[in-house]
Amino acid sequence: MTFHAFLIKYAEIAIKGKNRYLFEDALVKQMKLALSKVEGEFEVKKEQGRVYVFCPEEYDFDETVAALKKVFGIVGICPVVIYEDQGFEQLAKDVVSYMKNCYPDFHKSFKVYTRRAKKSYPIPSMEISAELGGRILDAFPEAAVDVHHPEMTLSVEIREKIYVYSETIKGPGGMPIGTNGRAMLLLSGGIDSPVAGYMIAKRGVKIDAVYFHAPPYTSERAKQKVVDLARLVARYSGPIRLHIVNFTDIQLYIYDQCPHEELTIIMRRYMMRIAEHFAQESGCLGLITGESIGQVASQTLQSLAATNEVCTLPVYRPVIGFDKQEIVEISREIDTFETSIQPFEDCCTIFVAKHPVTKPNLKVIRRSEEKLNEKIDALMEEAFRTTEILEIS
Amino acid sequence: MEAYFDNSATTRCYEEVKDIVVKTMTEDFGNPSAMHLKGVQAEKYVKESAQTLAGILKVTEKEIFFTSGGTESNNLALIGTAMANRRMGNHIITTAVEHAAVMQPLEYLRSQGFEVTVLPVEHSGVVKIEALEQALREDTILVSTMFVNNEVGAVMPVEQIGALVHKHSPHARYHVDAIQAFGKYPIYPRRFGIDLLSVSSHKIHGPKGAGFLYVASGTKVQPQILGGGQQQGMRSGTDNVPGIAGLGVAAAVSYQDRESKNEHLRRLKEQLADGLKKMENVKINGMPLREGAPHILSVSFMGVRSEVLLHALEERQIYISAGSACSSHKRKASSTLTAMGLPAEQIACTVRFSFAEENTPEEVDYCLGVLEELLPMLRRYARK
Repeated sequence: MTFHAFLIKYAEIAIKGKNRYLFEDALVKQMKLALSKVEGEFEVKKEQGRVYVFCPEEYDFDETVAALKKVFGIVGICPVVIYEDQGFEQLAKDVVSYMKNCYPDFHKSFKVYTRRAKKSYPIPSMEISAELGGRILDAFPEAAVDVHHPEMTLSVEIREKIYVYSETIKGPGGMPIGTNGRAMLLLSGGIDSPVAGYMIAKRGVKIDAVYFHAPPYTSERAKQKVVDLARLVARYSGPIRLHIVNFTDIQLYIYDQCPHEELTIIMRRYMMRIAEHFAQESGCLGLITGESIGQVASQTLQSLAATNEVCTLPVYRPVIGFDKQEIVEISREIDTFETSIQPFEDCCTIFVAKHPVTKPNLKVIRRSEEKLNEKIDALMEEAFRTTEILEIS
Repeated sequence: MEAYFDNSATTRCYEEVKDIVVKTMTEDFGNPSAMHLKGVQAEKYVKESAQTLAGILKVTEKEIFFTSGGTESNNLALIGTAMANRRMGNHIITTAVEHAAVMQPLEYLRSQGFEVTVLPVEHSGVVKIEALEQALREDTILVSTMFVNNEVGAVMPVEQIGALVHKHSPHARYHVDAIQAFGKYPIYPRRFGIDLLSVSSHKIHGPKGAGFLYVASGTKVQPQILGGGQQQGMRSGTDNVPGIAGLGVAAAVSYQDRESKNEHLRRLKEQLADGLKKMENVKINGMPLREGAPHILSVSFMGVRSEVLLHALEERQIYISAGSACSSHKRKASSTLTAMGLPAEQIACTVRFSFAEENTPEEVDYCLGVLEELLPMLRRYARK
C-alpha cells in the first residue's frame, strides 16, 4: 500500500489557546528540519487545524516515519491514502480496496468516522459513515460494527480530495523544541546525562551543553564520546552548542588545596559555577543534570544541596527519582546506551577518594573553598577563555 | 618536535611503497584474474612481490599466500591447520604471551574440542623451554609461538623450538607469528623448522590491510575464505594488488642494510634506557637490552598510570602506547605482563616505546627531557 501523506496528531499543543499558532509553527518548523534529512521533497502544511506531511512520488516509508518519531510534540502519525473525488460509488470501492490492502482478513469490530470538511459534498457525514460501514461488512462478513469501543477506526476526510486512514503510529509526545526557552545540560560521558537532556528537550526546551575535559587524565576519545552523545541527543533536540571546558588546572588546584575527601563535591560546585556562566552567556534559563538521588556519593540529598547552593539559575534534574534501570531503559530507547558504556575515564572519577564525604556540611565546604581564594578566579577566567565551542547537529 | 615511538602499532609507509600503491590503484589497476592485458600487468606485481618475499625467506613463491594482514594470517594458520589435521591428533601448544590474534583463534579451537596447552614464560618474557619439552606429545598437531613479543620485545628461540617440536611430535606443525620480527631478523623457515609463518605489512612501512602466510609445501591447511579459488584455492578473493605490491617493496627495503638499521634502533633504545635509568622509580622490563628486539622497550613508571602518561606525552607530540595498543581498548591487565609475573600495580604503570629507522637521537633526548619535566607533576597528583 502506498501512502501519500501523513496526518500528524498532537495533543498538548491543541489546548494552548491563543498561543496555539506559536506551537503549531514550532512543530511545523521542527518537522521540516527532521524531514530535511530524509531523501525526497516533503511538504509540511497546516490545514484547517491539522498538520499534514505530503510525500513525494518516491520515498522511504520507514525512514520517514523514523524521522517524524523524533519530533517532539507529535503524538500520533497516521499514514494517509488520498483518493480523487469521483462520486460516492467510487469512494465506496476505494474504501473497500483500502481495507483489503491493509487488513487482508479483517474480522474485528470497527467503525467509520467521516469528517466532511468540504461542505458542498452532497451526502452528510453520518450517512457516509453508515453506508461505508455497510459496504465493509459486505466485504468482510466476520467483521462487526461497534461505534462505542471499536478495535479499529477508519477515518474518511472529505476535502478537495478524499483522505483515508486507519492506523496511528505512536509519536514521542512532548512539545515542539523552541516553545519553552533554552537550558544548559551538564553532559558527562555517562548514561544519565544524555537521558536528562532528552527528557527536558522533550518539553520543548532547546538544549546547550557543557562538558568538562581534563587532559591528560581524560583522553581525546573520551571527548569524542561526548561529542557522539551530543550528536545522538541532537537527533531529538535539534542542534546543540557544546562547550568543552578544560578543567585540569582547576581540578589539580582543588587537589592541592582542599581535603581529599571533599574533592569531588568542591569540583562539582565549580562545574556548576562554570556551567552557569555559559548558561547566562547564551540566554539559558536553567541548568540540567543527570543526577539521581543516592546513586553516588555526590548525589545524596546533602551533596545535591551543596552543589545546588552555588547556582542562582534553577537546576532541572529530570531523572532525580529514577532507578538506574529505568534510566538505562530510556537510554536504550533513544539509542545512547551503547555509546555511554564505552570505557573511557571521565574527569569525575580520576582523583576520586576512597571514602568521599557523603554528607557534606556546607559550612565546612565553604571554609575549604576559601583556601582556593588566591588563584581560583584567575583559573576560572582561564577556563572560560580556553573553552572550545562546537555546534553539534 | 614530534616523536612517534609507536612503531610496533603501525609505521609510516616508505615513499617507494606509496608510489607503487598509487601506481597499482590508478594505472595498473587490473584484476590479476582477468584474461586480458590489464590483468596480466596487474598479476606481475603480485608475482614480483611473492618472489621478493620468497627470496627473503629462502622458500618458493608457491608457499606464499597473501592475506588481509597479521590477524588473518594467524587465523588461517591456526584454524586451517587444526581443522585439516584433526585426524592426527587433538593437542595444540602455545605460550602465555601471544597476541590476541593467536589467543582468540585458539580459544575458538578449544571450544571446538581441541586441547590447548599454554606454556609459561620466564620473567624476561621468553617461553620456558623445559615446559615445552614436557608438553610435546605424540598427538600434538600444532605449536604456535611468536618470534618477537609485541609488548616487551622478548625474542623466542624459534630455531630451538622448531627442532624440539619435530623431534618429540612427529605430526606437529610449527607456526610462528613473526609480525614484530619480520624485517628485523633473518628468518629461514626451512632451517628453523617453521611450517607456517605470519607476517603483516603495515608493521614494516607497508600499507595496512595486507600481509601473508608462509605455508611449507606439504603442510595441510583448510582454507577459511572460499570463493573464486584465487591463490591456489587457499585464500579466495580478488588479490589486493596495491597492498601486495606495497608489502613486497616494504619487505625489500626493510631487509636492505638490515644490520645497520638494527644497530641504529638499538642505539636509540639504549639511549632511552640509559636516560631512564637515571630517573627514580623507573623499571625496564623484558630481556637484557642487547638480547631483546632492537625496536621495543617496555618501561614501568611507578606511580604514574600508563594512560595518563600516554596522554600527557601526547600533548607534547610524543606518541607511545600503554602496554600493547591492541589490548588497550579492553580494560584489563595485559596478559603478557601478568604472565611475566609483574605485579598489578606495575602493570598499570607500564608503557611501550617502539622505534623505527626514521627516529632520531634528538627525538629520544626530547622525550627524556619531557619525561623529566612531567613525571614529578604526574606523580604528585595520584589517586589517593
